[in-house]
Amino acid sequence: MGILEGKRILVTGVLTEASIAFHVARLAQAEGAQVVLSSYGRVFRLTERIAARLPESAPVIELDVTSNDDLAALAERVKEHVDGLDGVLHSIAFAPEAALGGNFLNTEWADVATAIQVSAYSLKSLTMACRPLFDPQKGASIVGLDFDATVAWPKYDWMGVAKAALESCARYLARDLGHEDIRVNLIAAGPLKTLAAKSIPGFEEFENLWDHRAALRWDVSDPEPAARAAVALFSDWFPKTTGEIIHVDGGVHAIGG
Amino acid sequence: MAHSAEEVLAGLAGIVEEVAGIPASSVLMDKSFTDDLDVDSLSMVEVVVAAEEKFGVKIPDDEVKNLVTVGDAVNYIVKAGL
Repeated sequence: MGILEGKRILVTGVLTEASIAFHVARLAQAEGAQVVLSSYGRVFRLTERIAARLPESAPVIELDVTSNDDLAALAERVKEHVDGLDGVLHSIAFAPEAALGGNFLNTEWADVATAIQVSAYSLKSLTMACRPLFDPQKGASIVGLDFDATVAWPKYDWMGVAKAALESCARYLARDLGHEDIRVNLIAAGPLKTLAAKSIPGFEEFENLWDHRAALRWDVSDPEPAARAAVALFSDWFPKTTGEIIHVDGGVHAIGG
Repeated sequence: MAHSAEEVLAGLAGIVEEVAGIPASSVLMDKSFTDDLDVDSLSMVEVVVAAEEKFGVKIPDDEVKNLVTVGDAVNYIVKAGL
């Protein structure tokens, strides 16, 4: 029996087979979970195509986390496929080009606001939209994908600020939803060659950093370690862990140089 | 399964039309996906995924950046299907 037997999990952010979210969905299914995916707008069809590559095909529902209409309709859309939720993967981030790549000192607020709304505030929006689907007795596990925001990285710029906001947002959600047994945790993964990473100019600088600093050998093309950690957090094996950031980064956060 | 270049071009043109809304008739061997056809990186990902399904081939991520023109993609798919 898998560690997610009987659990129902909403997975956002599946775009390609390289997506961390794709591997979370794949492993969650392998561990016995029922998985529902969400996507939005122009990438919706891409998500549908990739969903067909999961071990079991998964339904895809529309969710733009910046749309109040979509958020209001989310619970009903999920209920068309499963009768409730035990877990939610937040794998959503976006920063306009002007907010990345070494333009930190000149980025306008409108671009920063977009990055923070989509990448950090959305953890709150998504969690609240899903809250009516959680069992009041059993609670739920929310897992978000993070990139360590305790230091400044090359080129990451306002996305780094947005990740710092995400980390803080997760702690406040953990505080305010703990009495409902809703756990909120993040996975701070090392660099992975996903579609999102390709849009970060200078991504190879991260690869070089990890080559030099990771205690455990790091493979930028292997999203499975991060996905496994997410699956573990969805399971019943972290029952009293919340507001936590699990580093799946080969140890880089702990190594000075 | 082997496909001829003509078959792949016709199939690929249909995919580009469906994904990016570019008339299939303008998808010609010497056209560049980005410069001539305005296929952006996100659409290109979907084109690749759809082409993999249609032609039963695997186009690795590292290969996609080498597919500059429609002809590059057609040739890759023909070879990959052999």
